[in-house]
Amino acid sequence: MNNYAKRRGGRHIVLALGLLAPVLLLLPPGRGPVAAAPDVAEVRIDNFTFSPAELTIKAGTKVVFRNSDDIPHSVVMASVGVHSKALDTDDTFSFEFNTPGTIDYFCGLHPHMKGKIIVVPQMNDH
Amino acid sequence: MFDNKNGGIDRRGMLECMVWVGTGVLWTVQGGVPKSLGLLGEAKAQAAPGAFTFMQISDSHIGFNKPANPNVLGTLQEAIDRIKAMPTKPDFMIHTGDISHLSRANEFDDADKVIGSAGLDVHYVPGEHDMIDEDNGKAYMDRYGRRAGAKGPGYYSFDAGGVHFVGLVNVANLKAGGMGSLGEEQLAWLADDLHTKSASTPIVVFAHIPLWTVYPEWGWGTEDSAKALDLLKGFGSVTVLNGHIHQLMQKVEGNVTFHTAMATAFPQPQPGTAASPGPMTVPAERLRSLLGVSKVEVRRGQKQLAIIDQPLAES
Repeated sequence: MNNYAKRRGGRHIVLALGLLAPVLLLLPPGRGPVAAAPDVAEVRIDNFTFSPAELTIKAGTKVVFRNSDDIPHSVVMASVGVHSKALDTDDTFSFEFNTPGTIDYFCGLHPHMKGKIIVVPQMNDH
Repeated sequence: MFDNKNGGIDRRGMLECMVWVGTGVLWTVQGGVPKSLGLLGEAKAQAAPGAFTFMQISDSHIGFNKPANPNVLGTLQEAIDRIKAMPTKPDFMIHTGDISHLSRANEFDDADKVIGSAGLDVHYVPGEHDMIDEDNGKAYMDRYGRRAGAKGPGYYSFDAGGVHFVGLVNVANLKAGGMGSLGEEQLAWLADDLHTKSASTPIVVFAHIPLWTVYPEWGWGTEDSAKALDLLKGFGSVTVLNGHIHQLMQKVEGNVTFHTAMATAFPQPQPGTAASPGPMTVPAERLRSLLGVSKVEVRRGQKQLAIIDQPLAES
């Protein structure tokens, strides 16, 4: 999202964005527009499923994987060589995604459980 | 109890009928003292030489403490107590994995203590819950694999009573989107292990995840099991014992009998009947009918092994 607020003479645009921003914040994270602001996003694990299965975040965001299931799960990101420890109920695993790209992951105990993190570049402020 | 597979009454069935009618009393001599065996179970103890019995137990998940069963150590003890109370003591036990719930030392310790109270040798293979220590399976190998002379993540073989037993590991190095996996190294070892065995040697293969495709949507199968079954094609009698799905399932394909055991910890839903394959909570009075052990009998002169499933309680 471009921040025009600092541009001279951009007050009318600032007003428009001021009306839009709450709408954008209400959009759920995932496919589609990137949600405004969060440095932390969450993936919930329940019923042998990662939710959201596909999460789009800005580079620099920390993702917290939280296991709400009654069975342990883990997070394995083969492409970045990351293998979390086993997460029991209510355990979390956090990882900061700094590089744009798509990272597939799966559960090390139950490999049919899969998910995807789509990392988009952080936009620069002008 | 009835051997309907052989199309009618057999020796055991006849004895059972006789006991019911009250005319059947089997005399046997033990230590020089004649002893009458009124119970059918005891009569089996005097089966023909070359026959023996072993137990399959599975999925004890020591460390689990959720509503589906808050006392998995207790139900494991009940299972072991049933085995101890059997009139014919089995020769040994096979545990088809998920001994622990989180691969913790205290969980393995507790399991060992309870299982050890049966006073029998136990042959283990790991489940995925036994591979989640910090070193991804070293805890299991140190405790169970080494003493079995196991290779890789814990595969090995041994012989007992003329039967060749092979413990396989299909819960290591799992790949995304997949099911269980044996891997090329283990398959090469298996080929080598089997090639000296004669076609008439009964083979028992045991592994945690089913070696046939029960339900791929839930990961209930092994991707490269076909390669293993191919290596077993030439043998006249093959029995495959698995766990992981926490329910009984049996399938016969040619010379191969596949069997999955109940857990001693908690039941899981039948394929496709729930959102996920996780622990299934049932009314307390029903739990013990869905947990149990299995007795496997090797009978002289019979190709197929007999598997008798024993829930902790009747439904």
